[in-house]
This record gives sequence, structure tokens and C-alpha cells, in this order.
Amino acid sequence: MKTTPIYGLMAEFDSATDLVGAARKTHEAGYKKIDAYSPFPIEDLAEAIQCSNYVPLVTLIGALIGGISGYLMQYWMMAIDYPINVGGRPYNSWPAFIVITFEMTILFGGIFAVLGMLALNGLPMPYHPVFNVPRFAMATKDRFFLIVFSTDPKYSPTGTRQFLESLGPRSISEVPS
Amino acid sequence: MAERMDDVEVTDRRAPVIEPGYTFGTVTDKISAIVLNRPTSTGWFIGFGVFFLLTMMMLYAIGYLVLKGTGIWGINIPVGWGFAIVNFVWWIGIGHAGTLISAILLLLRQTWRNSINRFAEAMTLFAVAAAGIFPLIHTGRPWLAYWLFPYPNTMNYWPQFRSPLLWDVFAVSTYFTISLLFWFVGLIPDLATLRDRSENRWAQMIYGMLAMGWRGSARHWHRYETMYLLLAGLATPLVLSVHTVVSFDFAIAIVPGWHTTIFPPYFVAGAIYSGFAMVLMLAIPIRKLYGLEDFITERHLQNSAKVMLATGWIVAYGYGIEAFMGWYSGNRYDSFLLWNRLHGPYAFFYYLLLTCNIGTPQLLWIRKLRTSSVGLFLVSLVILVGMWLERFVIVVMSLHRDFLNSSWGMYYPTRWDWMTYIGTIGMFLTAMFLFVRILPMISIFEMRTLLPEAEVKSE
Repeated sequence: MKTTPIYGLMAEFDSATDLVGAARKTHEAGYKKIDAYSPFPIEDLAEAIQCSNYVPLVTLIGALIGGISGYLMQYWMMAIDYPINVGGRPYNSWPAFIVITFEMTILFGGIFAVLGMLALNGLPMPYHPVFNVPRFAMATKDRFFLIVFSTDPKYSPTGTRQFLESLGPRSISEVPS
Repeated sequence: MAERMDDVEVTDRRAPVIEPGYTFGTVTDKISAIVLNRPTSTGWFIGFGVFFLLTMMMLYAIGYLVLKGTGIWGINIPVGWGFAIVNFVWWIGIGHAGTLISAILLLLRQTWRNSINRFAEAMTLFAVAAAGIFPLIHTGRPWLAYWLFPYPNTMNYWPQFRSPLLWDVFAVSTYFTISLLFWFVGLIPDLATLRDRSENRWAQMIYGMLAMGWRGSARHWHRYETMYLLLAGLATPLVLSVHTVVSFDFAIAIVPGWHTTIFPPYFVAGAIYSGFAMVLMLAIPIRKLYGLEDFITERHLQNSAKVMLATGWIVAYGYGIEAFMGWYSGNRYDSFLLWNRLHGPYAFFYYLLLTCNIGTPQLLWIRKLRTSSVGLFLVSLVILVGMWLERFVIVVMSLHRDFLNSSWGMYYPTRWDWMTYIGTIGMFLTAMFLFVRILPMISIFEMRTLLPEAEVKSE
């Protein structure tokens, strides 16, 4: 008989408060490779499971690239490559270049923020093992889920199940990978 | 004082942002059912059909324009800008409310925005798309419009970056891109909800692909929220810059009535003014037809009315300053412009503009009107007409009589001008009809955060 490897153990909760409490306890119990799923953003949850966030850095880099390249583009085109004398004004007439520099800063910052968020989240990812749990469809409606990945050093099929049961979930399911 | 505060029961007399009694499940069901379960009504087909025909009329008018050239329009010398620019500025202005609601009100923590931001953003996209058509076809040779962008070419030239018209190209295209991104990333969690709730295989696949595998992980939400706030922070100065740049198209020129420093703030206020009017004109029928009075409550109508009243006064101040400067500057061309507005051949439209934009909105001081759907709808309609007239007054009345009376002229729009203009309204509404049918018109996940059960209680 072929056995499917297990991706993790998933516990289902009824409310945001229960999930945050459970996530805190799981983290305190020494499980590090965990994740939580909720139908809307919960600030305390991200704190409870601790995650990195490089989105601001990526956005800043994008904005700087946009702003600097926006100005240099105009400088090179108007002052070096194609200089036109407009009423004796200097070729590098910087006040006239501010608007496009600003727009390019916003454009690149915005695109980097969105694409950076998607890339850091590993999206798009049409298939993911958690979707194998039928009840997980409720995660985008009104249910809250906590998962302990089987790659966690502390993970054991029975021990982790017992621990999750002690948190008082509505149900526990195995996630096949 | 502090002790006394405890005794006094603070009551909020305002209508709630969301009617009590809803849960995560019922909010989700109610909004997603409009897309997934509700049968498409005959009324929807009729409305869609009519507006689709108007869109075809626009394409016909544009097709004929491409064939014949801009001579089919009423534009001439001295009035080279005509309807195309009037309509461009009108549509771009309408497009401002979406980003204002979604970005600025988000940063100001105005939670009432959550139920109107989604369709206001959609409205922005369609309005900017409608706006974009006009400068494109006004170039006369729209197939060469890419010449506006700096790309290496065999003609060995670059566009003139000192020209406000080129700033406008960058401002409007950036605005469209950022609005599209903002709208789409806002949709991702709701697309995942639709993916999980639809029973139709095709719908599951299409919503699934668009949702990109969103699963609501806490890590994802964390980055998502950061991104959303950053994007709002970027979009806030952007939305204020777009109409500022549009106003530079006028203000940098030396034409009397255009060459003023009041233009940027007065244009931005006017944009928000007309944008909220359009939001109300869409929200009022939508909440009625789709039974969404619990989510788009009296509070939303009232707040939008108040925003219109406030921005209406900024616009009124702009008109006042324009008139005052016409007199106070002592410049004969500026004072003639004022005289021409009050007594010239187009004076009727100037008085109509003052009635629509300054007179009518004063009715919004009446609380009863602010809570009346029909009343607000009519006031919004009048404001939209008024804001269109404002652009007509600025564009046509300034151009038709400038410095030399030998170069004076009159401008009369032709049927092609009207067909194109009415056609873009048809295109805008066609897109809105499709939008309410295939995408959740209220942000489901942001509505969930407004429910009392979303609050995490500390142990």
C-alpha cells in the first residue's frame, strides 16, 4: 500500500480570538514551522506566528529606481542627446522635470509593492497542499485554521495531534501533500 | 470631568456603517450571492443592451473620425480644444473619487469607506479609460499616439519634457496603472472567496486563476496589509497630482482665464466634487436594486453629501477668486474675460454653471435631503452637469475670444461631438453593468473586519 506523505496537521477554530490564542500557545510550545489562515487580516496573528516582511524595503527600492531613472532619463534626453534651446532656458531645466520624476517614483514604487508582495508570498500558486482539506474552503468565509507543518523538528503524528486537541479546536485534519 | 464622562451615555445618532445582526457567513453569502446565485434579471439585460448600443455609437463616431479627420468636429481656430478636452477633464475628474475613497479615507481610518471603495475604484478605472479616449483621438492621428512616449526611434528625437501635455501623459497613465493595481490586489482575497463558493466548474477555474492561489495565510495577510497601506500612501499624493497636472495644461499657457495659480487646488476640489456625485449616482440605484441598504447605509449617503458640500464650497471659492482677479488685476484681457463670461455669447452657460455648482448643492444643508435617495440622486446629477459646464466655460469661453478681436470666433459642437461624448457615457455604464455582474461590488473581506466578532479579545 502506498502511503501519501503528510504535509501537516490542521486544526479548525470558530473565532479569531480562539485562533490567535491557539497560535500563541503553539508558538510558545516550541513549534516554529506553523501557519494560520483567516478570512480577513488579523494583526495579532502575524505577531503570534512571527513573520518577516520585506515589502516596505522592496517598495522603497522600486520608488528610488523610478525616481532616479525618471530624472536621469529626462536629463539625458533634454540636456545631452537632444538639446533644444527654449527661450534661453538652461538645458537641465530641473523644475520642469519634477512632475515626471514624481510620477515615475509613484509608478515604480506601486508596481514593486504589488509584485513584491506577490513574490514574497510565493503567489501565484494555484496548487497548495492545504487545499486538499475539504473544510479549508471555509477559510475564505468564516472559519479559522492553524497548521503545524510536518517539517517542524518537534512534529510527531501523535504528539502534535494531542497538543492541538488540547487547544480545543472544532476539528483536526491531516493534510496530505 | 473624567469621572463625569463615565456617567454620560455617549450615543451616536448617526446611522451605522453596517446594520447590526450580520456575521462573517451572512456578509459573505449576501455579497457573493449577487455574483454567483442571483439570476441575471431582464432589467440588467435591457440596461446592458442600451448602453452597449451607445458604446457602438461611440465606435462608429470614432471610426468616422479616423476616416475623415477632426474636421467633422466643431473645433476650429481659435477654439482648438472643444469637446474632446472638456470631456477628458470631466471624466478624469470623476475618476478621482475612487482613489480618494480607497486611499485617502483608508489612511484617515474612515471605516465607512469599506462598503463603497470597491465599486468606486471600478468607477475610477472606467472613467479614466473613457477620459483616455479623448486626448488620443484629439491628436487627429491616434495611430501615432505612441510618439508621446520616449522610445528610441529612427527619427532621432525625444518628446519635449518641458511641456505640461507630456506631464499629463505620464500622470494619467501612472494613475490608470496604479488604480488598476489597487483595484486588482483589493479583489484577490474576494476572488478566493468566490473560487471557494462557486459550484460552476468554469467559474471555479476563472476565479481560481485570478485569485492566484490566495489562501489567507497570516504571513500573506501581513505582507498584504503592509502593501495595501503603502499603495494607499503612494496613491494619495498621486491622486492629488493628477488633476494638478491636468490643470497645468491650462495654467502654464498664457491664455486669459487659464494663466492662474488657483487652478491646481480648484481643479482637485472640483474633481472630488464630481467624483462623489458620480459615486452617489451609482450607489443609490445599486443599493436599491440589489438590496444592499444594510451595507450602504444612510451614513454613506450623508457622508458623501457632506464631502460634496465641502468641496462645492472650495469650487465656489475658486470661481470667486477668478472673478475677483479679473477685476483686481487691472489686466484688460482678464477683465474682458470676466465681462465676456457675464455678458458674452456663452453667458447663459456661465449662469447655468453657477446655479448648478454653487446654488443647487446648498440644498445639502438640509438633513432631510441628505438622507433622501431621490433627492441626492437629483442633486448629484445637477452637479455632474455643472462640472461639465465648468470645463466648457474654462476651455471654450477662454479660447473663443482672446487677445486680438480679429481672431475671435465661435464654437458649436457637431453631432459627432455629441455622439462621441454620449458614447463614452455608454461605454462607462456598460463596463459598470459587467462589473456588478461578475465581480463582488463590495469588498467582502473588508466588510468582515467591520463586524464586532472580528475583534480579537485579549484573555
